[in-house]
Amino acid sequence: MAKDKIFLNDQFNQKVEKDLLAHLLPNKKVGNIFIFVLLAFILVGIYAYYRQLRYGLIVTSMRDYTSWGVYISNFVFLVAISLVGSLFSSILKLSKATWSTPLTRISEIIAIAAIICASVIIIVDMGRPDRFINVLIHGRIQSPIIWDVIIITTYLTISVLLLYISLIPDLAICRDKLTDAPGWKKWFYKVFSINWHGTPEQNNILHKVSFMLSVMVIPVAFAIHTVTSWLFSTTWRPGWDSTNLGPYFVSGALMAGAAVIIVAMYFIRNALNIKEYLTDKLFDHMGKLLVLLSLVYLYFNINEYLGPAFKMVGVEGEHIIELFFGKYASMYWLVQVFGLVLPIVVLVFAWGRKPLPMLIISILVLLGAWFKRFLIVIPSLQHPYLPIQDVDESYRHYIPSWEEWAITFASFAGCLLIITFLVKLLPVIPIWETKKEEGNEPKQQEV
Amino acid sequence: MENKEKKQSRRKFFFKTATAALGTIGAVGIVTQSCKEPVEEGETVSLLSPDGTLVEVDKANISMAKMPAQVKEARAGIPNKKFVMVIDLARCRNARKCVTNCQKMHDLEPGDEWIKVFLMQDSNDTAPYWFPKPCFHCNQPPCVKVCPVGATYKRTDGLVLVDNERCIGCKFCMTACPYSSRVFQWKDPVHESQADHDYSPETSVPHQVGTVGKCDFCPDMARMGKLPTCVTGCPNGVIFFGDKNEDIVTNGTESFRFSELVYERAGYHFMAELGTEPNVYYLPPVDRLFDYETGFKTLTSEQKEFYEKSIVKKH
Repeated sequence: MAKDKIFLNDQFNQKVEKDLLAHLLPNKKVGNIFIFVLLAFILVGIYAYYRQLRYGLIVTSMRDYTSWGVYISNFVFLVAISLVGSLFSSILKLSKATWSTPLTRISEIIAIAAIICASVIIIVDMGRPDRFINVLIHGRIQSPIIWDVIIITTYLTISVLLLYISLIPDLAICRDKLTDAPGWKKWFYKVFSINWHGTPEQNNILHKVSFMLSVMVIPVAFAIHTVTSWLFSTTWRPGWDSTNLGPYFVSGALMAGAAVIIVAMYFIRNALNIKEYLTDKLFDHMGKLLVLLSLVYLYFNINEYLGPAFKMVGVEGEHIIELFFGKYASMYWLVQVFGLVLPIVVLVFAWGRKPLPMLIISILVLLGAWFKRFLIVIPSLQHPYLPIQDVDESYRHYIPSWEEWAITFASFAGCLLIITFLVKLLPVIPIWETKKEEGNEPKQQEV
Repeated sequence: MENKEKKQSRRKFFFKTATAALGTIGAVGIVTQSCKEPVEEGETVSLLSPDGTLVEVDKANISMAKMPAQVKEARAGIPNKKFVMVIDLARCRNARKCVTNCQKMHDLEPGDEWIKVFLMQDSNDTAPYWFPKPCFHCNQPPCVKVCPVGATYKRTDGLVLVDNERCIGCKFCMTACPYSSRVFQWKDPVHESQADHDYSPETSVPHQVGTVGKCDFCPDMARMGKLPTCVTGCPNGVIFFGDKNEDIVTNGTESFRFSELVYERAGYHFMAELGTEPNVYYLPPVDRLFDYETGFKTLTSEQKEFYEKSIVKKH
């Protein structure tokens, strides 16, 4: 009996290895077309940035009043997306939600890609990127920008470590099994699996380290988005001058993170043909999680707007009117209805938590999340205490220029390119955790 | 002995290569220029070289350099001064000479204004009035707080200046300033006159692309004992400038005790509730010299319409 079980286990484990390693071997051409498209977007973005370096920030639509534009709102969006890493490899892991195990690696990969692109985009927004070194030479710890630089580098470091530590046993499997892989890949697996053989001692160290990291990443992850919110809430601007901004940003980020995972799951399971591992049941779990996170975000949204909307004081009131009924009203209500209310309504039903509806809802959530950050950054700047008088017409409006859009799209393409590269290089589902946890029952564990 | 020799050799060195050596001295604020007026040769003058050695140089070979304050000086401030500005709203008719003078002095492009004139109205029942607004040079400046590299800074004489050679162009100060006083150099500066002298935070020119500028209270003029250009330009004597320590402000023709002026005329801070403690005081627009309508004379009908549309209710 026991022997049978071991045999079945072995059989199952072999199948897991075969399925989950398949995408690491050179394969379909479809992937290459995708990569070329991404590279094309990046090239256009680089050309736009070249123009910006050549002619100055005049090529953007930013002017003295709207001095932060889509670069900053996109930066906030990408930082928000990066929070997803901590959600899966820490919050869900520590709360023993074992159903989320197949998603940890995807989430860590997305987190790293997003944080790298966020760092790039913040440099793109600078008027003098050539003087970035001044941040190190003359950095003033009093400035929230310095806090952001510190916390982003810390979070990136911990995220890379989190990804890497949990990868070691899988890299060892790659090293042992992927004998057909190209030479550089074999070399990579050999070097980075740092002589892993799964001895009890090694396992012990691995568990300790990954536990420590997953505890450490929580405050850092909360800090990264809270500090980003402080870039705004430390000023007097209407809509930013709010104590609610930290949790408002963090909850919005976790919601957008869950949505991005659902989109990634959908495409990865189809592209890599691993529906057995990214099951419909998993989508169901993610749907429930997204509803929960959306409700939390809804709460902070109400909290954010009700006070100023009730009081309607001065520029705060003007700002609220602009959002609710003014020139940003259609964007505002589309975002709130399709990006926040609709997901809650649809995903509470079981039929809404099937893969395809989930995909559509998640894309809406992501679009909503991106435009929501636009609505947080730009209208506030257009309602200063002293009104916009005696200036050129172009100072009163803000519609991003093609250069800004090109760079924004290039940042998404860059993000996707990093993800694609890592997915082609690393086992996208943690093999050793799948093997160990599921034993001979290829079924998701319930929470 | 050895020291003496060293000194002598150094002296020789300076005499022999006066031009090149004085180039070094230029690092502390003096540069050589070709002798413009005939000066008798043979007369020498003692100068302190950058390494602390006293040297003698032929007078014929030196001339006072027209150098703006160097960065170190410009960061410290003018000793024993506390600059303050008082703006008498009763006298302003939007003549806009403060704006154009400032633009001329600081090589600003037509759209860029370091001092602006707003049309304000305190409530529906009260009359509108013109409101010139420079940088307030706050004692609790939000822009200085947020600057990540210390490119914008507060000096002992109360001024808030920007070092355009350090500014990284993050624009955080622009979002932090509640009075929208800051202007970004979005493109390459085009003015010819900017090549005339080296950059100093006190002159704020030449501008540098991708950095932030703003009203600097003309400290280069103050060093020469002159008034800021907006003060001298105003035909109605709206703007008073002075020193809090001396307790005197002047618009060039009239002088007042600062403390008496703001006390008797009920001087106030614009939006004092923000706690930024500006160094610009306003005198309320009572007993006005002009009807606010006269301010539209210099404007096109389009500008007038826009002003009226966006008239400011003070919050």
